[in-house]
Amino acid sequence: MARRAEPPGHAHISLEVNGEPVEVSFPPHKTLLEVLREDLGLTGTKHGCELGECGTCTVLLDGQPVLSCLVLGVAAAGRKVKTVEGMARGPELHPLQRAFADLGAAQCGYCTPGILLAAEALLERNPRPTRQDIKEALAGNLCRCTGYIKIYEAVELAAAWMRGEDAAPPEESIYGRR
Amino acid sequence: MLRLPSFRYLEPRTLKEALRWKSESGPESMYVAGGTDLYPNMKRRHQEPKVVISLARIRALRPKGRSRKAASGLTLAPMMTLTELVESEGIRESYPVLARAAELISTPILRNMGTLGGNLCLDTRCNYYNQSYEWRKAINFCLKKDGAICWVAPSSPRCWAVNSSDLAPVMVAIGADFLLVGPEGERTVAAADFYQNDGIDYLSKHPGEILAEIRVPPRDGWEATYWKLRRRGSFDFPVLGVAAWVRWEEQKVAEARIVLGAVASQPQPVPEAAAAIIGSRLDDEAIEEAALAAFRPSKPMDNTDFGLAWRKEMTRQFVRGALKELRSKLVE
Ligand SMILES: Cc1cc2nc3c(=O)[nH]c(=O)nc-3n(C[C@H](O)[C@H](O)[C@H](O)COP(=O)(O)OP(=O)(O)OC[C@H]3O[C@@H](n4cnc5c(N)ncnc54)[C@H](O)[C@@H]3O)c2cc1C
Ligand code: SF4
Ligand code: FES
Ligand code: FES
Repeated sequence: MARRAEPPGHAHISLEVNGEPVEVSFPPHKTLLEVLREDLGLTGTKHGCELGECGTCTVLLDGQPVLSCLVLGVAAAGRKVKTVEGMARGPELHPLQRAFADLGAAQCGYCTPGILLAAEALLERNPRPTRQDIKEALAGNLCRCTGYIKIYEAVELAAAWMRGEDAAPPEESIYGRR
Repeated sequence: MLRLPSFRYLEPRTLKEALRWKSESGPESMYVAGGTDLYPNMKRRHQEPKVVISLARIRALRPKGRSRKAASGLTLAPMMTLTELVESEGIRESYPVLARAAELISTPILRNMGTLGGNLCLDTRCNYYNQSYEWRKAINFCLKKDGAICWVAPSSPRCWAVNSSDLAPVMVAIGADFLLVGPEGERTVAAADFYQNDGIDYLSKHPGEILAEIRVPPRDGWEATYWKLRRRGSFDFPVLGVAAWVRWEEQKVAEARIVLGAVASQPQPVPEAAAAIIGSRLDDEAIEEAALAAFRPSKPMDNTDFGLAWRKEMTRQFVRGALKELRSKLVE
């Protein structure tokens, strides 16, 4: 079968995005962030500073969190990319997503996709993180709304659920002190 | 969106291929490792190479399973990521000062991408330079790129942009050597001679040369530490770095080096401060004298974060703190 002709100067790569094989072509100076959003229609990954200074563009590359604004699309050839769109299983949210929603760990939500992926990579390596482990793992993700406390609590709650524990959020984190 | 300028992208598989493609593409080409310094700079139009040559697929530059450790010291691969450096058991045990400086760099996500070699070849930084093209255009640019005047020192003929690498001062302090491979062959330079005190011409490396190995001397009786000053506990470049190294013999300092980071266009050795502790047991008086010796010549320029007087005072505080830390490790 004949290959679709590429515009001159375009790169054509195969990679795996959220578990599915994907082929895409684009000018070689595009970042992975731009390729995901503009060529693959995956706008869940957000763009913030685009200079490595905020973490909102975080995706997993071969399981490791990276800043997609500073990775070239061509450098993802043959590799596995995971974005926030790959977290839910069908209609069922990932435990981290559920915990973030339940605890109000997302306010404007702009930092959330990057934080969810950074947190997922942490829990993959360390199912029982301390508060300090969580702070360190998320030290590359800025949030201008929540003040981070809700985010740490949500990661702790999700971690407990993922370990199979029947955990509930502390009443205080939902209703405040009564 | 803040986009990269367009360029051709090459991924050589061997050093030889990289060197050949570099000389074929000429001065309009640049190497890239992790891209965490080069790509933001390209987005701000500090560098606009027509050809970008990635070092990522060259096996000879990757860590070979375990970093090589021998009687003659430790050899590190430039394409080792900062995360690999921080997490290496061998390095944490034998060269904790390297792991310490590396884990203070930026954020955990950036450290998954940034490499040791890229960190050691970092572009110099300045408040008037690390800005978007439009911002720089609005002040009619500056000497370092596209302009004619230095906004930090307008009567100065040179650029004072700052070497802001956290590992560079440590490499100079512990006396590392760098292996450079270029079109003319290989050469080894001492880390101290790799850097130059000029914000534009900050490396003695020729543009075609590749930093191929970092050779760290063996642990034969020396101890070192690194202290970093920055506004936030994450993300931020150093506003001051203090790398302190001493060789301890017969319960005394036999040799010492104190090197300041982020205060000049190169990691800045302060020999007067080192001289003040040689022969001492790192007692309070000797440490105080060294701290003062580092404080006196320190002349922060108005091109990074924080106020000048406070930054100068922090030189004294950090040299004192670093030396006290070394004393706690050395004196039983
Ligand atoms: C938000 C942010 C915060 C940061 N904070 C810090 C910090 O706190 N401390 C710090 O030290 N750095 C910091 N950095 C700078 C940088 O990310 C790191 O220093 C990183 O290690 C650079 O490595 P790299 O592989 O990404 O370099 P690249 O961007 O790939 O390369 C940098 C330069 O080195 C050259 N180069 C790279 N490797 C070689 C080689 N082997 N041979 C010859 N030339 C080579 C490239 O041509 C380029 O000119 C920060 C960057 C950002 C964006
Ligand atoms: S020190 Fe001067 S010339 Fe150099 S980058 Fe800053 S303003 Fe520009
Ligand atoms: S958008 Fe990538 S770090 Fe801010
Ligand atoms: S929820 Fe708004 S930035 Fe984090």
